[in-house]
Amino acid sequence: MYVRHLSLIDFRSYPSAEVPLGPGVTTLVGLNGQGKTNVAEAIGYLATLGSHRVATDAPLVRFGAEQAIVRGAVVREGRESLVEIEINPGRANRARLGRSPVSRPREVLGQVRSVLFAPEDLALVKGDPASRRRLLDDLLVQRQPRWAGVRSDYDRIVKQRSALLKSAAPVLRRGGRGRRVPDGIPEGEARESALHTLHVWDGHLAGLGGQLLYARLRLLRDLRGHLEHAYAELSGGAGEVGAAYRASVGEALAARIAAGEVPEIEELSGGLTAALGAAQAQEIERGQCLVGPHRDDVLLTLGGLPAKGYASHGESWSLALGLKLAAYELLRTDLGTDPVLILDDVFAELDAGRRERLAGLIADGEQVIITAAVPEDVPDSLAGQRFSVTKGAIELVVDDE
Amino acid sequence: MYEGVVQDLIDELGQLPGIGPKSAQRIAFHLLQADGADVQRLITALAEVKEKVAFCTMCGNIAQATLCRICADPRRDGQAICVVEEPKDVVAIERTGEFRGRYHVLGGAISPMDGIGPEQLRVAELMSRLASGEVVEIILATDPNIEGEATAAYLARQLKPFGLRVTRLASGLPVGGDLEYADEVTLGRAFEGRRLIDA
Ligand SMILES: Nc1ncnc2c1ncn2[C@@H]1O[C@H](COP(=O)(O)OP(=O)(O)O)[C@@H](O)[C@H]1O
Ligand SMILES: [Mg+2]
Ligand SMILES: [Zn+2]
Repeated sequence: MYVRHLSLIDFRSYPSAEVPLGPGVTTLVGLNGQGKTNVAEAIGYLATLGSHRVATDAPLVRFGAEQAIVRGAVVREGRESLVEIEINPGRANRARLGRSPVSRPREVLGQVRSVLFAPEDLALVKGDPASRRRLLDDLLVQRQPRWAGVRSDYDRIVKQRSALLKSAAPVLRRGGRGRRVPDGIPEGEARESALHTLHVWDGHLAGLGGQLLYARLRLLRDLRGHLEHAYAELSGGAGEVGAAYRASVGEALAARIAAGEVPEIEELSGGLTAALGAAQAQEIERGQCLVGPHRDDVLLTLGGLPAKGYASHGESWSLALGLKLAAYELLRTDLGTDPVLILDDVFAELDAGRRERLAGLIADGEQVIITAAVPEDVPDSLAGQRFSVTKGAIELVVDDE
Repeated sequence: MYEGVVQDLIDELGQLPGIGPKSAQRIAFHLLQADGADVQRLITALAEVKEKVAFCTMCGNIAQATLCRICADPRRDGQAICVVEEPKDVVAIERTGEFRGRYHVLGGAISPMDGIGPEQLRVAELMSRLASGEVVEIILATDPNIEGEATAAYLARQLKPFGLRVTRLASGLPVGGDLEYADEVTLGRAFEGRRLIDA
């Protein structure tokens, strides 16, 4: 698929912008702070309804404006459709498909698919577990949009369960701080009721958590081969890369999962239930939800050593890029259509050899959008159409045809 | 800001659910320009609803007497109780024409984030309705969202010792949705396909 045309109104630095993109490679060239990443971010927003840079929508709206609009004309297998999202910070966003409004923005997920790599993605290797979980979950949603619903339901369960642990802690703890709550028949009605309610949320967390965990494990299994390939290509064959899932379940099950096994959903849910039981006293003590996929991580290794803390800057960079390229390869085999590949400020970080090898990996993508400060950073093999971006003005300087 | 009484009206209207400051202003000016008789009818309706309408002592539904229309109707099947969150859900299910039993309105769903646990809902009242032994089936028709599901699961567990047939509306209902917005066909089908719930 490709975005044939992108329109922005009050998005980031752009009061309004019309960008005729087109298939193949497009390079946006401009000095720092001119608005290149803003364009990349807008395309990413159409695909994920979120930004890769900020967690809330407010910074996406041009300073002083009330709302932003991102609109894309998307071509998929020769058919064009229009996707529009109205970003209203503090209020519900709205979306349109073609000319008709949809009841929830989530319904446009899947119209545009993209994989975006930006300098922030170094956090995939060097950052906290949340960024690695997000990589998997975002990819799940891109593969099958229904996961957006599962994901947000799961988050809500965690919130509700944490609220209960906090509010009911005094009742549940009865008998002294830190003392284990016995499994048997509890004394006192309030405590019994709180435990019953907690039990209900345990069931929800284990049920939906098991599904989410299962989906992540399958995804990671499918991703691994692509990651090995992409990393080997980028690094010129150096080092063996590993990605092991760290699940917050009992030791035996966690070890099998870390070794790459994908147990059935029922077993995973059962594992979560058991882990919840084992952690109950601690959870009540801390008033926090300590078990579940929202606590998990992916351990990335290079040559058997953890990448975080051990890998060099260059290795970390290649590994982060390798993860995103693996995601790209996975989606293109999976979906039967190429997602839009966006590489923001990547080439400047790479030496000449890596630049060429990266170019070789991506040159045949249906649509590749690259940003760079100077055109010389981008290998000649990726020549395509080129825009210059200066102070929010986007101008075509080299036409492909 | 407007003249005292007009602003008072805008403020009062703005307290209503779903009415923001702009809508409140629009409604206020609509009322100012409206026919005196129309406004009088609205005033009467408001006064009467507060005066004459209360909640059914049996099921918690809206009632104009001690018992609501449904609880008072001897033709309704006393063996089945359909448990819902709000009175408006009763209206939605009545529209399907699928259900001939009686209702129980909980007054919400379990939501620790909002400080709502079973004690804040009409759960004890439901249990006391089972004492006579007439009821044999309970249909849990809470909303198909996280809180509604949690409430259904909690009730299913509490109801287990009674040995009743406990069912949950089949999905097909939009997940994350509100029961009241489901159309008759969908809701009707969900009723047909209700399933036993594990506790
Ligand atoms: N919400 C906003 N309103 C106005 N300007 C913004 C907003 N967000 C970012 N900008 C401006 O956009 C510029 C950054 O654009 P960006 O696309 O990140 O630059 P680059 O070309 O280096 O990728 C900065 O000058 C910043 O002030
Ligand atoms: Mg940038
Ligand atoms: Zn009644």
